[in-house]
Amino acid sequence: MISKGLRLVAALSTWLVAGAALANRYNLQEPQSIIAREIYDLHTLIMWIIVGIFVVVFGAMTYSIVMHRKSVGHKAEQFHENTTVEIIWTVIPFIILIGMAWPATKTIISMKDTSSADITIKATGYQWKWGYDYLQEGISFYSTLSTPREQIEDYEKKGTQKNEHYLVEVDNPVIVPVGKKIRIITTANDVIHAWWVPALGIKQDAIPGFVRDTWFKADKEGTYRGQCAELCGKDHGFMPIVVEVVSPDKYAAWVGEHKKKVAVAKPDPDKKWTLDELKAQGEKVYAANCVACHQANGMGLPGNFPPLSGSKVVNGPKETQIKQILAGSKGTFTPTSIMPPQSHLSDVEIAAVITYTRNNWANKVGDMVAPAEVKAARK
Amino acid sequence: MQAAHAHHGHGDHAHHPTGIMRWITTTNHKDIGTLYLIFSLTMFFVGGLLALMLRLELFEPGMQFWRPEFFNQLTTMHGLIMVFGAIMPAFVGFANWQIPLMIGAPDMAFARMNNWSFWLLPPAAILLVASFFVPGGATAAGWTLYAPLSTQMGPGMDLAIFALHIMGASSIMGSINIVTTILNMRAPGMTLMKMPLFVWTWLITAYLLIAVMPVLAGSVTMVLTDRHFGTHFFNAAGGGDPVMFQHIFWFFGHPEVYIMILPGFGIVSQIVPTFARKPLFGYSSMVYATASIAILSFIVWAHHMFTVGMPASAQLFFMYATMLIAVPTGVKVFNWIATMWKGSMTFETPMLFACGFIFVFSMGGFTGLVLAITPVDIQLQDTYYVVAHFHYVLVAGSLFALFGGVYYWIPKWTGHMYDEFVGKLHFWTSMIFFNVTFFPMHFTGLAGLPRRVPDYNMQFADFNMISSVGALGFGLSQLLLVYVIVKCVKGGSKATDKVWEGAEGLEWTLSSPPPYHSFETPPVVK
Repeated sequence: MISKGLRLVAALSTWLVAGAALANRYNLQEPQSIIAREIYDLHTLIMWIIVGIFVVVFGAMTYSIVMHRKSVGHKAEQFHENTTVEIIWTVIPFIILIGMAWPATKTIISMKDTSSADITIKATGYQWKWGYDYLQEGISFYSTLSTPREQIEDYEKKGTQKNEHYLVEVDNPVIVPVGKKIRIITTANDVIHAWWVPALGIKQDAIPGFVRDTWFKADKEGTYRGQCAELCGKDHGFMPIVVEVVSPDKYAAWVGEHKKKVAVAKPDPDKKWTLDELKAQGEKVYAANCVACHQANGMGLPGNFPPLSGSKVVNGPKETQIKQILAGSKGTFTPTSIMPPQSHLSDVEIAAVITYTRNNWANKVGDMVAPAEVKAARK
Repeated sequence: MQAAHAHHGHGDHAHHPTGIMRWITTTNHKDIGTLYLIFSLTMFFVGGLLALMLRLELFEPGMQFWRPEFFNQLTTMHGLIMVFGAIMPAFVGFANWQIPLMIGAPDMAFARMNNWSFWLLPPAAILLVASFFVPGGATAAGWTLYAPLSTQMGPGMDLAIFALHIMGASSIMGSINIVTTILNMRAPGMTLMKMPLFVWTWLITAYLLIAVMPVLAGSVTMVLTDRHFGTHFFNAAGGGDPVMFQHIFWFFGHPEVYIMILPGFGIVSQIVPTFARKPLFGYSSMVYATASIAILSFIVWAHHMFTVGMPASAQLFFMYATMLIAVPTGVKVFNWIATMWKGSMTFETPMLFACGFIFVFSMGGFTGLVLAITPVDIQLQDTYYVVAHFHYVLVAGSLFALFGGVYYWIPKWTGHMYDEFVGKLHFWTSMIFFNVTFFPMHFTGLAGLPRRVPDYNMQFADFNMISSVGALGFGLSQLLLVYVIVKCVKGGSKATDKVWEGAEGLEWTLSSPPPYHSFETPPVVK
């Protein structure tokens, strides 16, 4: 009976907020998964109940304000107690609440059922990007904001042109097949983040040192956008999530291609790097991983993030710098400053970025760090 | 307020100091109440300035004014200052002024502790504001100070922790004083169930404060030791748990929400019968409803953290418990409307604020019901929908109740009537600009705008622009309040003892302003 009522309410609401464009402006995003649909319908149901209560309660209040005022000559009556009325308006809300709790309970239970997933993806929150690992497929990549900084920073107030998907676009989206149950495992590297894609009805905190899971099954192919939903520091507003839902064939092709690409890109471990090669490579690594805190000019941000240009660590023995990047550090800049460990980067990436920092800005150490040295330091 | 001053010249009581020393050494409940109110009004403007600064950045997409890290400092400090500096001290100010007057007592029970509990606040406020100027700036971890983000912050975080410790101590002392005064110093004949509802709500609030302020102190102390002394309460690598911080914080935080609203319920329950010229409907059910809300507030904390990933059984428990709160809250709203029903209402500024309160607070209550539904909450958690929800209950709720209380009692406090026209203007501008600011946030939240972000996609641009314009209007409207208060303190038509035609209660039997020691001989309540 309740589900029939729900459907009726849903039908009513569809009529009311006809046109997806309009609905998107004033309502939840158009649901694209079974859970998102249930959430949408629950919200609609509750909104109608609220509208009903609103009309009754404030209808009475408005009537009283208009009719029972001194200026229209209304004389005050002196009643001030009625146990029957008190019981009625305690019991009726209680019954309404039960009507709301019942469908919500069913949704909670299905939201929690992460069993028998087709694909499992681990989403790791970093300050400030997401890392993804497809556990069965062995695919791993990072996903960072692809909106150019020039569009965001407008401190000269010139009014920059913005992309259509300003702040909700990434370099490497998550690719998943349509109609398959996707289990998302969340964790984090530094502070708490939250993985949220509204249209898929999924939001799960990513907690450092712990693993949580949730799931979705996309109904339709398309691109769905979300953002980190838990305050995680400076660039919390700049670590979006993009999920591209594709056909199973396209997905299989993507997996194959990605694996091939990884195999090709895998650097020859015995490759002899030159300083310039490493420096060029390091500049890219720096731009993707370090620039948010230490800044493009290597000067950091006073009080929050230390400068690398002229830094004692960067200009000191390279072993210390390797160790600090692998293990992170605490309290080296201010008593409470934290450098999160970067051991998830590859040996080549770490070697390159160290070489870059030692030979850039005011730093003229002139030496280089070979990937093998990083590899040795990991042990 | 000078008016109270003017009245101390009588009898044997002229020996207290004058000038600045009067305020520093005062043990008089009215002087201390005034200090609390001036302090909270000041902090209200400091917190409001921070809000306007962050609305400035949010006026249009793109970063035009502040760096993201400074923006986060603004949101964090706006929250901390408004909660701990503006709303809570304002209610304690009301308690100090009104409780002795309403129960027929000469003063508060612990007069010297009362002085101390106020004078702890300015140093705490200085610590908070000064934290903007230390290296790294103020804490930017959000007013909820979630670990491990808060362990990353600079020294501004330590200043905030110490400020919270001091404010917590002040609140606990104030609460002990209030409980003792209410339980021991009532006039003969005033049984508990004859107390004015404002006194009842404060009695319950004071118990809540005593119960949870130490919990807050504990949680921030653990952050402090994690930061400096190598403990790992909230660090998984050392066997700790970041989520534990949230459990402890919200065990404080949810009762805190009711600490900020229950005395507001009390004020509204005084105002509505006065201007309806009709006794409060369902007095005893109001008392029971207040107590039920307070008790339930201890078992709903995890509804703030439905997305951390707790078992389905826990989500269900906290959802049901949260929904239950709607029942006693609903009873209160129904009782207020039943009090208005068939009354003989007039709409002076306090009544406007009380009606405005019932209307907008209920809207916040409705969105609270939406957010109680766990699956919907998971979608809306940490979005602008939540920002809209808690500003509806805290600004339109607590703050409007406070405004109503100021207009209601300021003739009693100063002995002068306030400027009714400017008062009404203050109400209407506040009401309109409040809704202009916060109503669009429901839409942006539903459509997927996370809170605490300094920048957003163009789809949210128009609503954010509306909010920013509304915020400026709301901020400027509050200058009217200052104007009314200053004008009323300086002079105005003489207030009668009863002030309002329909007023009932012991405070209206005293002169306006009341004598220095309020009731020197206890009145008898029939």
